[in-house]
Amino acid sequence: MTAFTPPPLPSDDKRWKIVNGTMRKNGFARYALIETLHTVQSSFGYLDDDAIRFVALSLRVPLSQAYGVVTFYHYFSLKPPGKHTMTICTGTACYIKGTDKLVAAAEKRLGIPQGQTTKDGQISLMTARCVGACGRAPVVLTDGELQGQMTGEQMLEQLERWAVE
Amino acid sequence: MNIEELEQIAESVRAENAKFDYEINVCMGTGCMSQHSDKLKEALVKSVEAQGKKALVRRTGCMGLCAAGPLVLVDPEEILYQHVKASDADAVAASLGAEPLAALQCDLREHFDQQVHVVLENSGHIDPEKIDDYIAHDGYLALLTALNDMKPNDVIQQITESGLRGRGGGGYPTGLKWGMVAKADGDLKYVICNGDEGDPGAFMDRSVLESDPQRVIEGMAIAAYAVGASKGYVYVRAEYPLAVNRLTTCLRDARRRGLLGNNICNTPFNFDVEIRLGAGAFVCGEETALIASIEGRRGTPKPRPPYPANRGLWGRPTLINNVETFANIAPIIRKGGKWFAAMGSERSKGTKVFALTGKITNTGLVEVPMGISLRKIIEEIGGGVPDGHTFKAVQTGGPSGGCLPAEMLDIGVSYDALVKVGSIMGSGGMIVMDDTSCMVNVARFFIEFCMTESCGKCIPCRAGTAQMHTLLTRICNGAGTMDDLDLLVELCATVKEASLCGLGQTAPNPVLSTLKYFKNEYIEHIVNKRCPAGVCNIQAPVEVLA
Repeated sequence: MTAFTPPPLPSDDKRWKIVNGTMRKNGFARYALIETLHTVQSSFGYLDDDAIRFVALSLRVPLSQAYGVVTFYHYFSLKPPGKHTMTICTGTACYIKGTDKLVAAAEKRLGIPQGQTTKDGQISLMTARCVGACGRAPVVLTDGELQGQMTGEQMLEQLERWAVE
Repeated sequence: MNIEELEQIAESVRAENAKFDYEINVCMGTGCMSQHSDKLKEALVKSVEAQGKKALVRRTGCMGLCAAGPLVLVDPEEILYQHVKASDADAVAASLGAEPLAALQCDLREHFDQQVHVVLENSGHIDPEKIDDYIAHDGYLALLTALNDMKPNDVIQQITESGLRGRGGGGYPTGLKWGMVAKADGDLKYVICNGDEGDPGAFMDRSVLESDPQRVIEGMAIAAYAVGASKGYVYVRAEYPLAVNRLTTCLRDARRRGLLGNNICNTPFNFDVEIRLGAGAFVCGEETALIASIEGRRGTPKPRPPYPANRGLWGRPTLINNVETFANIAPIIRKGGKWFAAMGSERSKGTKVFALTGKITNTGLVEVPMGISLRKIIEEIGGGVPDGHTFKAVQTGGPSGGCLPAEMLDIGVSYDALVKVGSIMGSGGMIVMDDTSCMVNVARFFIEFCMTESCGKCIPCRAGTAQMHTLLTRICNGAGTMDDLDLLVELCATVKEASLCGLGQTAPNPVLSTLKYFKNEYIEHIVNKRCPAGVCNIQAPVEVLA
């Protein structure tokens, strides 16, 4: 059996070295697939075809299986995020406190359904299933930063600011 | 490391703390951090220094009362301040040794006095990122006692005697589970800590991991010693970045102190722990799905048996327990199984941490002895429903649980009592709803959750929840018929009976319990085309053209 040589890095982007580092740390074992995908997403913001192909080849995982894992877990995104991301928590505590109205208001303001990014690439509108800050419901994440007791006006103000920033 | 060295560390921490007249504990859990308690801590350090007070400003984990954050606890007087801003830092520092600040003081005796803290005993009192702080609070004493003075079987004996049951929601006796893994053949065994807290509305595990991560690791190490495992994994949600960071720090420090690694405390016992991140799949809370996820695959459950105790991670015997279960282990070993068994009700021992949220005054984390009535938790500890609204239902157990009406509030909280009335204990989410919530809509919300989270492996769950969602949506929109209700009940039975894993088997619970206790709301939607709570958007019936 010939020794396995991992494929070359897709480009000389430094971030691929970080991705490769995660795989090396795990000895290029197949079980490192999810770990590696996490690294790709945190380095690049999303997973594109090239990235999935590269990771699958490196870990000797069938491409179908790698794609299956990416689409199975909600945390992984196949599309690049907008410049800003508004994530609205739709967990039970937030729902009881009227988060559905926040989602509707944001969808109306941005003209896109949840899970999408505005055409100009400024704002992504996401929903999350509970971020575990139920004590401060309703909760939104503005670019990953947690904001509690959110009102519709506060959220729309933020969206207005982002639309031009 | 041996017990003497452990005591030396504890002694030096105590000596260090004794240099200060006051301790100012600043809550830096996710809830308070989102209100900038990190800046508050910096401001406090500056103010204390500027005023020349001998006070230690300490970062701590969650103090429980998330709604009143950021929280500051001043010891030794045990004065709790709420909604403290960075601009209040000077006043807080000035009040040391003088009158407490009346404007900020939080006086909620009812909230705290009825709680019993076992799992949360260190939360809010120690710095979660300092292992020595934990050691000064009897940390790792249990592990060292177990390694030096107890045989693995003695440890299991104590856990069995304690009557501890799995805190993830299933309620399987922990001692029995440990015994099974210990008896399983194999030289390589694993211990997994399930921190995939997917239930929306629950945040106990996040809080424990953020406030006292060492306690969970110690519990895992004791478990590994008892069952003969040498490798552990903590599976945490990627949505909990603060918990992941603190766990990483905590594992590094434990290795440095020789409390993880090879030949722990000069015994033949080897154990190390790795973190695995979840990726946002509720079904991964199911043990076989979680194992698949750690193996790098899609998180789909497998039929049991074989149980993970015999064939788990990579086909090896594997012990899986929840974060809170592991957090209970160290005190049980320290104080004995009998001590633990003296708390709680007949078949549910000890305490339980609940995340109290929704339409309730004191939202946050509470730890109460098992058997306490729901009414006490909601009305006394929780402070009741705010803004003059009336209580309608409490939802326990997340999407797998049920909604209980006011008539049921006097039952004591235990695994069996909750199942009997159509709900479950679950991992500990407790969501209070008032008269502004429509129960049909709530049922639809949970079914929608289960529908999107169904892994798709078995048909009853995948197709059944989708059909139930369609029916419930129809009822919410005012287009349902009484036949739809019968069909819904029938579907519930099928999904419950025929699904492969816990997700599907319990998915109908919210529908069944709302049908049982709030059937009039369903009928109101169907017959009178109106939503009593005014939540559902029912259009005027469209005239059918002949």
